[in-house]
Amino acid sequence: MTTAAATAGERTAKAKPATMAQALGRALRDSMAQDPSVHVLGEDVGTLGGVFRITDGLAKEFGEDRCTDTPLAEAGILGAAVGMAMYGLRPVVEMQFDAFAYPAFEQLISHVAKMRNRTAGAMPLPITVRVPYGGGIGGVEHHSDSSEAYYMATPGLHVVTPATVDDAYGLLRASIASDDPVVFLEPKRLYWSKAAWSPHAPAPVEPIGRAVVRRPGRSATLITYGPSLPVCMEAAQAAVEEGWDLEVVDLRSLVPFDDETVAASVRRTGRAVVVHESTGFGGPGGEIAARITERCFHHLEAPVLRVAGFDIPYPPPMQERHHLPGVDRVLDAVARLQWEAEH
Amino acid sequence: MTVQELPGAAAYRPTPPPAWKPLTDPAPLLPDPEPYRVLGTDAAADADPELLLRLYAELVRGRRYNTQATALTKQGRLAVYPSSTGQEACEIAAALVLEERDWLFPSYRDTLAAVARGLDPVEALTLLRGDRHTGYDPREHRIAPLCTPLATQLPHAVGLAHAARLKGDDVVALAMVGDGGTSEGDFHEALNFAAVWKAPVVFLVQNNGFAISVPLAKQTAAPSLAHKAVGYGMPGRLVDGNDAAAVHQVLSEAVERARSGGGPTLVEAITYRMDAHTNADDATRYRGDSEVEAWRAHDPVQLMERELTGRGLLGADGIEEARTAAERMAAGLRERMNADPVLDPMDLFTHVYAEQTTQLREQAARLRVELDAENEQHGTDDGGAGR
Ligand SMILES: Cc1ncc(C[n+]2csc(CCOP(=O)(O)OP(=O)(O)O)c2C)c(N)n1
Repeated sequence: MTTAAATAGERTAKAKPATMAQALGRALRDSMAQDPSVHVLGEDVGTLGGVFRITDGLAKEFGEDRCTDTPLAEAGILGAAVGMAMYGLRPVVEMQFDAFAYPAFEQLISHVAKMRNRTAGAMPLPITVRVPYGGGIGGVEHHSDSSEAYYMATPGLHVVTPATVDDAYGLLRASIASDDPVVFLEPKRLYWSKAAWSPHAPAPVEPIGRAVVRRPGRSATLITYGPSLPVCMEAAQAAVEEGWDLEVVDLRSLVPFDDETVAASVRRTGRAVVVHESTGFGGPGGEIAARITERCFHHLEAPVLRVAGFDIPYPPPMQERHHLPGVDRVLDAVARLQWEAEH
Repeated sequence: MTVQELPGAAAYRPTPPPAWKPLTDPAPLLPDPEPYRVLGTDAAADADPELLLRLYAELVRGRRYNTQATALTKQGRLAVYPSSTGQEACEIAAALVLEERDWLFPSYRDTLAAVARGLDPVEALTLLRGDRHTGYDPREHRIAPLCTPLATQLPHAVGLAHAARLKGDDVVALAMVGDGGTSEGDFHEALNFAAVWKAPVVFLVQNNGFAISVPLAKQTAAPSLAHKAVGYGMPGRLVDGNDAAAVHQVLSEAVERARSGGGPTLVEAITYRMDAHTNADDATRYRGDSEVEAWRAHDPVQLMERELTGRGLLGADGIEEARTAAERMAAGLRERMNADPVLDPMDLFTHVYAEQTTQLREQAARLRVELDAENEQHGTDDGGAGR
């Protein structure tokens, strides 16, 4: 976690624009510097610094034994990480793209997620699996999957996803420090998003498992995470004109799920829309909507709505704008929240 | 602490295991230590001149195709292109060695092999342009979809070849994979299945030195990738991947062997990727110019041209003719790629299931409304088609 608690004044003095990619790289570097048991491994993470350059410079600074170009085999990478963790290391694994993590599913589901349970707590696995995920970057087939629902459905894994530069740093440090395995989902289309940020005095962030209200509002809650946060912020801004004062909740952590923050918000506003770009059917939104209904039934003035990607295989880049939920689709759902008036 | 000898331990002798012999004699499966070559050797004299000339024309066309596709990425007409410049001999030989009824299982880098097999160059590029995942009917051309996840097409090739044999068809499947792809579990499983089933498959590994940035030495500790074959019980063959005649010959033998029921073969072609991994990659991060330059002297197009001119089979006219044909292809490709593809967003819902689900019908209707609103706003009336 962000250790040296810098004052807000110190932070603004030192802050410069940084990208999410840079903050992630810095989090890896700082974790490795602080803890010699942290090892990074994956395809192209060494000399090249990863295809997104997140691991740039790590092999040079820490040597190839700590930042290792592996053979091209995801099951092997994650399986080896299991063994490394069994022997006391803290592996941070990079999966090159969302859809290329699938060969590693056997290791993830059968071993990474279950080892603590299988060994009655004797052998926890502190592994961080970094997965760049989601669309919107014009990637060809197999480069834009939103795979969070698969991970969420697997008990034993933490699933987190940052949407801000501060969170990219803070959540990754927390994930690496965690004694449980964490699937760390990196929204690729936010890699180059910038914010004022100081590597020397990073802002303290909420720990894994807490959601954050990014914009307070009174008339309805948008619940979102990762790549859809900027969409929701923009929608909230645009909705002001139509008389809506929208609250935006950034989940940050899908597992564990912050029922408290979400329920508190929905109880305040009485209306909720869940927004994400992964498919709607069987997607994360269904689980979230069900939880809200269970906890807030008497506070709800409309059904919880979902705005999600269509239930289709991720489309070719020239068509992806039709698939990805944008501001208009969010506003459309917000308009449908005037439910009691219509029924 | 001293170890106490157990009573009777001195008399103990391990029982020899029951008679054991290897299932197959590994010797004939082992690859020759040197990659097989034809061009510039005595073997070239025995080669069919017509085949060499055909390979030459295709190499020239293939090179031009690669440079044209790369240029199209710079003009924003192609989202990405993994060039096979330097590897044309493998691409061409793989395509030409197959009969019409055979199947090709290309990786994402093998657009050129698909084109050389006769696929429309624009249809072959839709995946990389970004308008459609697979712009052709694989059954019509007997070319599986260009495969982006590495090595996952290999078990498919085995299954298809196996099915064809079960049906009594003498069909061969040729599957292409990179050196990096040989590390994936699917590579292992495919080879094992193929050998156990004696499936009519040929595996062609294009060893171009790198998997993105990772050199072969970090990919495998085997003496060669061809050596891997022996462990599965199939022959491994090493060939100079820049020598189109040699690749063609080695693949022909492997295809022949597969077709006649002899089972699979693993062919490793030693070649080099001259360009970066894709246009989005910066190759200077992981390799020096001198290495690239050394391979330039072993260019597959030049090798063939020198052989043919040296043996009096090709003159200035013939070279000119091949280049003109290649230019014609490039001009056509340029022109057609400069036209915006006409897309219908409603197609997103068309091919998810044989019969559309209620949910998808609802979602399609929602998109229809959005598109109509969009069109009204922009005063267009193209039904939502266009980029
Ligand atoms: C399962 C899987 N993991 C990772 C990737 C990302 N990736 C695309 S190409 C590539 C390197 C492939 O190297 P190689 O197999 O040698 O083929 P080449 O690019 O040299 O033709 C990688 C790692 C992928 N496509 N599929």
